[in-house]
Amino acid sequence: MAKFKGAIVVETEKCKGCSLCVVACPTGVIELARDVNAKGYHYAYMANPDACIGCSSCGLVCPDTVITVYRTKAS
Amino acid sequence: MTATTEINKIINEDNLVYKKTNLLLDNEMHYCPGCTHGVIHKVIAEVIDEMDIQNETIGVSPVGCSVLAYNYIDIDWQEAAHGRAPALATATSRLMPEKYVFTYQGDGDLASIGCAEIIHACNRGENIVVFFVNNAIYGMTGGQMAPTTLEGQVTATTPYGRNTALNGHTMKITEMIALLPGTRYVTRQSAETPAAVRKLKKAVRKAFENTTEKKGLSFIEIVGTCSSGWKLTPTQSNEWMKENMFPFYQLGTLKDE
Amino acid sequence: MGDVRLMKGNEVIAEAAIRCGCDGYFGYPITPQSEVMETLMARQPWEQTGMVVLQAESEVAAINMVYGGASCGKKIMTSSSSPGISLKQEGITYLAGAELPALVVNVVRAGPGLGTIQPAQSDYFQSVKGGGHGDYKLIVLAPASVQEMNDFVGLGFELAFKYRNPALILSDGAIGQMMEKVELSDYKPRWTDEEIQEISGSWATTGKKSDRERNISTSLDLDSARQEQFNHKLQAKYRAMEENEVRFEKINCDDAEYLFIAYGSSARISQKAVELGREKGIKIGLIRPITLFPYPTKAIQEMLGQVKGILSVEMSAGQMVEDVRLAVNGKVPVEHFGRYGGIIPTPEEVLEALEQKIIGK
Ligand SMILES: Cc1ncc(C[n+]2csc(CCOP(=O)(O)OP(=O)(O)O)c2C)c(N)n1
Ligand code: SF4
Ligand code: SF4
Repeated sequence: MAKFKGAIVVETEKCKGCSLCVVACPTGVIELARDVNAKGYHYAYMANPDACIGCSSCGLVCPDTVITVYRTKAS
Repeated sequence: MTATTEINKIINEDNLVYKKTNLLLDNEMHYCPGCTHGVIHKVIAEVIDEMDIQNETIGVSPVGCSVLAYNYIDIDWQEAAHGRAPALATATSRLMPEKYVFTYQGDGDLASIGCAEIIHACNRGENIVVFFVNNAIYGMTGGQMAPTTLEGQVTATTPYGRNTALNGHTMKITEMIALLPGTRYVTRQSAETPAAVRKLKKAVRKAFENTTEKKGLSFIEIVGTCSSGWKLTPTQSNEWMKENMFPFYQLGTLKDE
Repeated sequence: MGDVRLMKGNEVIAEAAIRCGCDGYFGYPITPQSEVMETLMARQPWEQTGMVVLQAESEVAAINMVYGGASCGKKIMTSSSSPGISLKQEGITYLAGAELPALVVNVVRAGPGLGTIQPAQSDYFQSVKGGGHGDYKLIVLAPASVQEMNDFVGLGFELAFKYRNPALILSDGAIGQMMEKVELSDYKPRWTDEEIQEISGSWATTGKKSDRERNISTSLDLDSARQEQFNHKLQAKYRAMEENEVRFEKINCDDAEYLFIAYGSSARISQKAVELGREKGIKIGLIRPITLFPYPTKAIQEMLGQVKGILSVEMSAGQMVEDVRLAVNGKVPVEHFGRYGGIIPTPEEVLEALEQKIIGK
């Protein structure tokens, strides 16, 4: 059981769908959406929110800095 | 409790652990998806914010993809002619010795057209920080050969691969710069993984702290990707970089005095 | 009376820079102007006024240091001679494009190419018509004496800041090397940070204060509509210079039937030729443009009712004569006389040229 529970918020309209966060996430939380944003990019979203541990890895590698990360102690 | 309500409970100010620094402006970056410039900008902005030196920092942007860096970090900026950023930074730092002055340059800008300016700024030991983004190619003009292009690498002007007999050797300018007595801190970093980004941030912090201590020139090369120039996806680019660039451009600190 | 001395033109440039509160000089050695930086290095103004002096690795670096320093709202200058000024053209157009005030001094030598180290006036086109790329103008001041080498440093900075535009002192090897009596300007302190804030706070990159937007020194705008607007703004600025900043000297013009037009060294020689001509009974006058941009077009036009012909005298194959012809617009004959390649004409030659090319025709 993970010690922390996390969640991310992606600013979908600014996401460029580069997938770097998808690769960086150690627990496979993120995927690119089938839908596209106004610029035509498949944006990142939490496909497996339960797996998020709030480690910020995705936020760190996102070149467009569109991810905000939250974390709390697992209850 | 449903998944959504649980997430909504986690998403509140008290639990915030990572967000965009206020020093990064809201302007949407013009860089291609996955471009390393974005990560480097973010790290520089975070360090300036954390050191609380926004009022005292002047950035000098190059000609290259990052010519518009001034649209993203909320500090005063000078936009230099191609390759000349170290000359601007030299004067700015000498005229305002209490300020933090940095240049941000690509490999065409720094290692090709601006070779004289960077070597001499380093040799004089100007009290500035230099960020050297090595993506082994000219990004902005459409992927032509740079001095840093690897042997055999295909670019718009080496369509059959870089041939040293025809195109000259791949240039490790950072190693040359480490030899100059004016440089105090010379390091080669990357930004493709969370760990690499954390290390890069430490290096950036150290470089700006060297300015505080008037130690002289700090030089940070960042080996990065240019997926558009390399004609790969961003994730493939990271793999290509690890496989081909890292063995030649070995990461680590060359000099720390 | 201030400080009167016997000095070389180039030394005076350096002395005037220190005295007018210049913040920084960046240069690279080249004959016939190396004395500017040599004098500064010997004077060590950083001990006295805090002025920064640096020998750059090239003229390219020097002019870009000027760009960096000027971006900080400081009074910054450089000097060089023709081949070095050619290298500086990229930086000069960037200065104009970023609307930065700065002072550039060209102590002209003969070209093309490496040419010779002897004086010439063959950089007129480069100075007033462009030199670098794009639609821009420099404020161009042409000293004809060592005294004016002193005076135009202060004036150059004043105009550069008034218009946020680079100014150029277009001198030549003769005036640079010449020893003459000069009354040096009084010392003016360098601007304080507060003064810079007041004068240039809206654009100088001195570190972003919390009460303002970030300042950006750039010549880039990728949006063509805005770029055209910006060019309109520049052109309006150049028209304002034409309106307000034309400077020239008229010598013996009241009753003149013939006119020399000459600047700098050539004006000194032409003035002698005026005297020689008048001794022979020829009514000659001289208009000496002091600003080459903006050009004293109206002053020339005002003479057209009374003069029968004009000789443009210049140490070049004929560059300024084009501006004289534009002003005259065919109303009276205009000819050019010049020696070049580093040769300075004699007053006798100049008078003879007038007699043959204009009077005798
Ligand atoms: C004097 C001059 N020469 C050429 C150019 C065209 N140019 C613009 S960017 C560039 C190359 C930039 O490559 P690099 O420094 O590697 O930066 P990147 O775009 O890869 O980030 C060139 C050649 C220019 N703007 N100015
Ligand atoms: S790293 Fe950033 S831009 Fe790239 S897909 Fe993830 S959220 Fe989008
Ligand atoms: S915070 Fe960590 S666990 Fe959560 S999505 Fe981002 S990378 Fe994955």
